[in-house]
Amino acid sequence: MAALERVLKPKTKRSKRFLEKREPKLVENVKNAMLLKGGNANCTVTQALKDIYALKKPYAVLYKKKNITRPFEDQTSLEFFAKKSDCSLFIFGSHNKKRPNNLVLGRMFDYHVLDMIELGVENFVSLNDIKNSKCPEGTKPMLIFAGDAFESSEDYKRLKSLFIDFFRGPAVPCVRLAGLEHVLHFTALNGKIFMRSYKVLLKKSGCRTPRIELEEMGPSLDFTVRRTHLASDDLYKLSLKQPKTLKQKKKKNISQDTFGTTYGRIHMQKQDLGKLQTRKVKGLKKRPAMDGPESSSKKPRHV
Amino acid sequence: MATPGVEELLARAEQEEALSLRQITVHKELDLEYDLGNLLAMDPNPPEASEFRRHGGDYLRALARGNTQLLINQLWQVPSERVEETVVVRLPEANLRLPREKPPPRARPPTRWEQFAKLKGIRKRKKSNIAWDEAQGEWRRRWGYKRANDPTKKWLIEVPATADPNEDQFAKLLQAKKERVAKNELQRLRNIARSQGREPPAPVPPPGAPRSRAQLGKELQVTRRSTASVGRFQALLPREKEPRGVGKKRRFQPLLGDMAAEKQRQLELLGALNRKEPRLDVTRAANKQLREDEQEAARSKKRRGAGRAGTGKKGKGPGGARAGKKGKGPGGIRAGKKGKGRTGKRNKQEH
Repeated sequence: MAALERVLKPKTKRSKRFLEKREPKLVENVKNAMLLKGGNANCTVTQALKDIYALKKPYAVLYKKKNITRPFEDQTSLEFFAKKSDCSLFIFGSHNKKRPNNLVLGRMFDYHVLDMIELGVENFVSLNDIKNSKCPEGTKPMLIFAGDAFESSEDYKRLKSLFIDFFRGPAVPCVRLAGLEHVLHFTALNGKIFMRSYKVLLKKSGCRTPRIELEEMGPSLDFTVRRTHLASDDLYKLSLKQPKTLKQKKKKNISQDTFGTTYGRIHMQKQDLGKLQTRKVKGLKKRPAMDGPESSSKKPRHV
Repeated sequence: MATPGVEELLARAEQEEALSLRQITVHKELDLEYDLGNLLAMDPNPPEASEFRRHGGDYLRALARGNTQLLINQLWQVPSERVEETVVVRLPEANLRLPREKPPPRARPPTRWEQFAKLKGIRKRKKSNIAWDEAQGEWRRRWGYKRANDPTKKWLIEVPATADPNEDQFAKLLQAKKERVAKNELQRLRNIARSQGREPPAPVPPPGAPRSRAQLGKELQVTRRSTASVGRFQALLPREKEPRGVGKKRRFQPLLGDMAAEKQRQLELLGALNRKEPRLDVTRAANKQLREDEQEAARSKKRRGAGRAGTGKKGKGPGGARAGKKGKGPGGIRAGKKGKGRTGKRNKQEH
């Protein structure tokens, strides 16, 4: 709702600013994530949430208390939390006999659940379990997806998009080369997804591009896909819709060839060849039509 | 020690270069897809399950190393620049489109004033934020706290010649301000309602405005019912009619209590059932009697009218006369009538 359409007016400037910050924007802010625990979350799930929070920090909110809710049955409480903390990404962790070590990864559009995928954690190694140096907080990770399943299966495609949305961090115009320190590698293999987090070590290679060595940093998780709740095609399309003003207008008649030379095509009106200036010769000079016959009639008499 | 020849040096350099290139090249069956704007790479090659079974996590790390090396190679290809002692690369636009968090903002529909201003070509003019205060002799803000020429800060107001001398002019100013604020709020809400596609309700006429008879009647009816007892104990005004179209509610006798009345009612009912002769409904009987009388009167009148003259049957052609003949065929008296009818017809022809 735009500022002037709000029925209740904010009473102070501060609250007005607060509300304006949450309004839909042309160029959107970084998506925030909220990490929630269900009624019965075990140690694994809790630690996994904490580790993901550590990766996702400053753009995440970790809920400390239990929230007895089931995202696949009733999404209202999730939507309420999303509205409260203005988060559009969420992970809900729970543990029960039927679905042990459960993480529900999802995203919202307009404070309603768009996609939701339930992942079972088969194997978990925490950030603290691996005694290695970590990368600094808020590092933009490089994301790599390996496996043909990420392109063939519809669920995996959406899951890939969800992972990218979740972990990519702020969209930046430029990046410091030495600051590329963190890699998140997702491998789809044997019906499982292996998420690994590595610290990048740049070694000398003898040429400009460095040689890469990886050091496991944690957390590492092995996921299996359980239930899914994917947005319908038209809703997904609607959520992808860009505002008209952001779209770049295509410049007509300008092209570039392989060498980078720019060519322009110019449209001109048809040239009037009747007015074309040619060489001036006396004999071709136009004379008034009246003079012509008179002079020719006189000339023979003169000769 | 002999100095190495030129060829030797070149060969060594070539070898070193090949070695270093070998360090950063990774062989893949299918090329990776990159989205450098998101620092993203996609490896479409299926991972080898047998290798994974043999080596486990080490295989995953080797795979990740190769892919990362390829992504880094791509990133180092992007032209870099120096910004404050650090080397940065300008990332290209991200290719991958991700869903938005919220729908794009809509343009606010114009308010009623804006519509009117556009129609009339009224343009906004920017006023300066400060204004000259004559009384204070200084520049002050135009609005808000300590504003210039503040009308509410006047210590003396002249009472107009036409005004009531006992009226508080200060209170009047305050009241006027409050009303303006309230009006503005109302307009704002009406604009919101209009932007939502709901037409705002018609404005309430100010007290004392002329109203039609129907409107007054409606208002009276509403006010009559607007009591705690829904107008049950409201007396009618002199010469006031009961409003039409207002249904009466059925009232039932109390279930308990008045035993005598109940006994009476039951006995009456029993008596009615027990009676041998049919019960006389006075109104029905009276109506029946009246109808019979009327019919009788009509019949006798008809008979008499037909006997007197055929003038009653005006404008009827020969068909009508024939019909009369046919119908009144038998009976002696009627035969006489027949002749008369004929005369009537003749009269008509004379006319």
